[in-house]
Amino acid sequence: MRSTSDGENDKTITWPVRWLAGLGGVILRTSRRSLGALGGMQLLLTETAHQTLTGCLPGGKRLSRGALFFQMVRVGVRAIPIVILVELALGMILPLQTYPKLDEFGQAEQIATINSIAAFRELGALMTAIVLSGFAGASIAAELGTMVTAEEIEAMEAMALKPVRFLVVPRMIATVIMMVLLTVIADVVMVFGGYLTGLRLGVDGQVYYQLTREAVNVAGFITGLVKAGVFGVLIGLISCYLGLNVKPWEGSEGVGRATTNTVVYCIVAIIGADAVFTVIFYAYGLFN
Amino acid sequence: MNHAETNQREPVIRVQNLTKRFGSQPVLQGITLDIHHGEIMVVMGGSGCGKSTFLRHLIGSIAPDNGNIYLFGRDITTLSEDALTEIRKRFGILFQSGALINSLTVGENVALPLREHTQLDATTIEIMVKIKLELVGLREHADKMPAQLSGGMKKRAGLARAIALDPQILFYDEPSAGLDPVTSAQIDQLIIALTRKLDVTSVVVTHEMDSAFTIADRMCMLDKGVVLKIGSRSEFQRLREAAADELKDENEQLIRQFLRGDADGPITRRKERSDYEEDLMMVQTRADA
Ligand SMILES: Nc1ncnc2c1ncn2[C@@H]1O[C@H](COP(=O)(O)OP(=O)(O)OP(=O)(O)O)[C@@H](O)[C@H]1O
Ligand SMILES: [Mg+2]
Repeated sequence: MRSTSDGENDKTITWPVRWLAGLGGVILRTSRRSLGALGGMQLLLTETAHQTLTGCLPGGKRLSRGALFFQMVRVGVRAIPIVILVELALGMILPLQTYPKLDEFGQAEQIATINSIAAFRELGALMTAIVLSGFAGASIAAELGTMVTAEEIEAMEAMALKPVRFLVVPRMIATVIMMVLLTVIADVVMVFGGYLTGLRLGVDGQVYYQLTREAVNVAGFITGLVKAGVFGVLIGLISCYLGLNVKPWEGSEGVGRATTNTVVYCIVAIIGADAVFTVIFYAYGLFN
Repeated sequence: MNHAETNQREPVIRVQNLTKRFGSQPVLQGITLDIHHGEIMVVMGGSGCGKSTFLRHLIGSIAPDNGNIYLFGRDITTLSEDALTEIRKRFGILFQSGALINSLTVGENVALPLREHTQLDATTIEIMVKIKLELVGLREHADKMPAQLSGGMKKRAGLARAIALDPQILFYDEPSAGLDPVTSAQIDQLIIALTRKLDVTSVVVTHEMDSAFTIADRMCMLDKGVVLKIGSRSEFQRLREAAADELKDENEQLIRQFLRGDADGPITRRKERSDYEEDLMMVQTRADA
């Protein structure tokens, strides 16, 4: 125990200092840890790209198609109903909320424009990515983390099998492909949701369709898919990295932490990347 | 086996002054050991004395703080990842838990190194897998998932996988721990048969003394991160059978107790001499303050 001779005064002066010092320490440690993680993820990404390329080159060792297909099913197929549900709901909500204002201006049918732009440029990819963070990201991190604690990864390395080639490459490719495919589904479903609401609000179906066709250009569609692909890379990268970085002795606690962290980091990274993309696309005039 | 001849050849495994600490805890403190072609070397030691850690160094899965490890005459502590990969194809390891890939069937686990490291076609691989599984008595379980196997079966499947590539060195971490006496004796016979028939060098970590004395050509006793004694099986046999007052050396008494599994001896006395009482006193002192 500290001596009690410190007066009340002393305490009031020192506690903000100590509190700030503590806060500074926490910030320093966190940022050092995040920098370390970023460095590690960058290494993992480079290695994955390298293994993918050598796997595709004629001379290189073939990657297993079976493993890729298995991962695609596991990453994507189970998520389809959820993506449809979420996007359908969004497609019905957004027009409902914008309708009153638009109707004031006598432009009620413009809900089609707003809804389709939101879907193709933003919400299709974004919501799919968030759903997949929970579905695919969490399950990949949990799976790889469990493999670490069961000494499976170490055994693979001892057998001269590269975990990156074996485990990370198929998962990464699968998340990217499924992100893009699911985003196409999501875009269409969200537009369809808006169409249903539009009908209910008295917007002519033919007009809705026409306005959607006008609002969605190729650039908008492609930029949405590019974003989807990058979100897929982020989900694959973060989940594989955190999963493989569970330490063997951390056991199920480590696996649990990796799983939760994956979902949190994925969502933060996805929103961050989304912001960056929007700025870039805007600057290059892709939104005109 | 002609010992005079084998000893002249360069050792297959040479460990020099290996040290490793985890944080502040020293685990290996200068281990030096040569293992020769075609022999079965049994490494013994109390639980937690660093046997698995030692084995992990030999397979290049952790790097030592200090010292050198030569496999086939090449120092694996300085090799590049690619060169290490080539070395790794020449040895097999059976982990303490089997360490099968849980998402693959037993057969696929055994096939994995063959598919990756050889140019063999699918039919040949299938035949090879059957042969390896038959060797360990698991042929009819090829299509089971690892989760459906008992602990002993997992170990045998792990062994089949370890020998898939016809390795020149086999490492075993506790091959008979947790198995019934019969299965354990079968594994012992398997280790001997594999070593003799396939002409491999085996390193076996174990603390099952009966098994150790059945299979060993030479033995090595680790304690507190150092090698207490390396010797032939007969030398260890002599220590095991010696009368207690016959041995003057403290280390020999300690080995004797370990080999015999006696409850009383230097190992036990060492624990009694530890700072247990002081530790308890410390708690009291801290509570008072
Ligand atoms: N990765 C690690 N990080 C920190 N400490 C470790 C690590 N691995 C092992 N240790 C410590 O090193 C010591 C030796 O562990 P090791 O697993 O090598 O023992 P062992 O001789 O194989 O024991 P057992 O007979 O029970 O299998 C233990 O005290 C353990 O706590
Ligand atoms: Mg061990």
